[in-house]
Amino acid sequence: MTETLLEIDNLSVDYETARGDLKALRDISFDVNRGEIVGIVGESGCGKSTLISAILRLIAPNTRFRNGAIRFKGDDLLTRTEEQMRALRGGDISIVFQDPMQTHNPVITIGKQMVDIQHRVKISKAEKLATAARMLGVVGIPDPEARLKQYPHEFSGGMRQRIAIAMALMSEPDLLIADEPTTALDATLEVQIIERLKDLQRDFGCAILFISHHLGVIAELCDRVVVMYAGAVVESGTVREIFHNPKHPYTRRLIECDPGHIKTRARVLPTIPGEVPDLANLPEGCIFRERCDQAMARCAQVPPLTRLSEGHNAACWLNHAEEIA
Amino acid sequence: MSPILEVKDLQTSFGEVNVLAGVSFAVEQGETYAMVGESGSGKTTVIRAIAGLAPAQAGSVKFDGQEIRGIGERALRPLRKDIAMMFQDPTGSLSPRLTIRNLITEPHKIQGMKNRDLDAEAKRLLELVNLPAHFADRYPYQLSGGQARRVGVARALALEPKLILADEPTAGLDVSVQGELLNLLNDLRERLGLSMVIITHNLNVVRHVADRMGILYLGRLVEEGTTEAIFHEPRHPYTNCLLSANPEPDPDARLDRIALKGEPPSLIRRPSGCEFRDRCPMASDVCSQVPQWKVTNGHGVRCLTPRHL
Repeated sequence: MTETLLEIDNLSVDYETARGDLKALRDISFDVNRGEIVGIVGESGCGKSTLISAILRLIAPNTRFRNGAIRFKGDDLLTRTEEQMRALRGGDISIVFQDPMQTHNPVITIGKQMVDIQHRVKISKAEKLATAARMLGVVGIPDPEARLKQYPHEFSGGMRQRIAIAMALMSEPDLLIADEPTTALDATLEVQIIERLKDLQRDFGCAILFISHHLGVIAELCDRVVVMYAGAVVESGTVREIFHNPKHPYTRRLIECDPGHIKTRARVLPTIPGEVPDLANLPEGCIFRERCDQAMARCAQVPPLTRLSEGHNAACWLNHAEEIA
Repeated sequence: MSPILEVKDLQTSFGEVNVLAGVSFAVEQGETYAMVGESGSGKTTVIRAIAGLAPAQAGSVKFDGQEIRGIGERALRPLRKDIAMMFQDPTGSLSPRLTIRNLITEPHKIQGMKNRDLDAEAKRLLELVNLPAHFADRYPYQLSGGQARRVGVARALALEPKLILADEPTAGLDVSVQGELLNLLNDLRERLGLSMVIITHNLNVVRHVADRMGILYLGRLVEEGTTEAIFHEPRHPYTNCLLSANPEPDPDARLDRIALKGEPPSLIRRPSGCEFRDRCPMASDVCSQVPQWKVTNGHGVRCLTPRHL
């Protein structure tokens, strides 16, 4: 029995700028079920960060919610008061940020920071310290009691990211948002973090919304994948459908470009020519049209995100063959 | 032919932190050499020490046959037009207050070549890295990450160097743009006959650009050879761990991953014997001895129980 935990429904978000409204997210829809790992993949400017800040409602003052809803356990977060949102953040929803070197306060010990974030729990300080030590152990920090007395600079980057994960899991959230948690780390540490996340997800049963531009990591970790391009969802589906049977040219090209795919030395590596369109001055029709090598007349209209099979959606006219003919 | 760059037993310490414990390698004319290692392995220090931007207490760095280690800033300055750096952070390494024209012709001014037509020069360089000429009037904040990288490449090429030292040239780039930059570097190398040292931890990148590569661990090379040989027959267990820690863009990829235990040891208290043995999946009693550097068929390794030998 799958139960929807987070439902992004036709979400559109603009940034008001001097050049006019920058349409950062347009009609975004996808779900995250309980206990599921959903990957969001896309390149710079695709709207990954806007999406996270929208879910947490940690938004810049010029952000405008134009349309849609963000339902968490059936409740629209956009209608919640700021006070209700504060109770949610670091409670039922927590987040691990990209840069482990800047996540922690450099002048406070790890132990104190881990006790401080338990401010909602009515237990003694000794008990909070014990919880903190136990969580450090869970993420594989050796000798946790002694380490609690240390400052962030006394830990390596990989350890700091694991501490950030421990802190995010302390409240036993239903949803963990991981914003490029391995981008700043080496391949060996990246692998450590992914494997740790997999184990923790199994033990804690929380859902994870995993944002990354690294296809290898997404392929290894996620159950389902949402592919974003320039503020729109172009495709979503199970991890196998996305990687083995992509139905949007952007997804296809993105996978081709990953040099991890190319096992022999290539003289010329594949690229996607052109640039992401200006979101303050949107082109007509399909957002990927100008960079797409399969573009046709039909693409002057925006293709809808269409269900192709159970749990596989794509927004491309190529999947509407009967209508073209 | 003598190599364009020959580094022998290069040693660097910052106080008691012994970052480079004797690094030796050579780069031939027209060759791309990749230096691979984890954070803290000393890879950035290697190229900074070569360029005279970090101290090197011992060893030798020969550029085009001439010793350049510790020769001082004054003697080094004329050589800087032959040895160009590409820094890691593309936007951070460009002054926010200069236009792209000024940024890419700054090397000419520093080297006293003001008599050249700098406008034409800016145009030539932008064309070389496939950026439109009107970018000359832009400021760094108006560039995307990929464009800022290209400006970094243009600036490195400004004085037609013989050697480029590139620190993580594709870090932070999207995959679609990363390919473009690697294609550009490959193309320029072919057209201009450049030699390059590339520092990276991204093995997917190394495979497509490097002729030879070295694996650095705790400030020492543990393996060196042609890129082909290292990918197909890695001899050092650490290299093997690095290669297997490369997530594949395929959910059904078979993962025979070799887990790397623990964290890199402290550079202040280096481990005894083989410095990798505490984390090594193959470690045995013999590893309490110090492994020597052994070369067979041009493939070097520092391990007492190497594979594929």
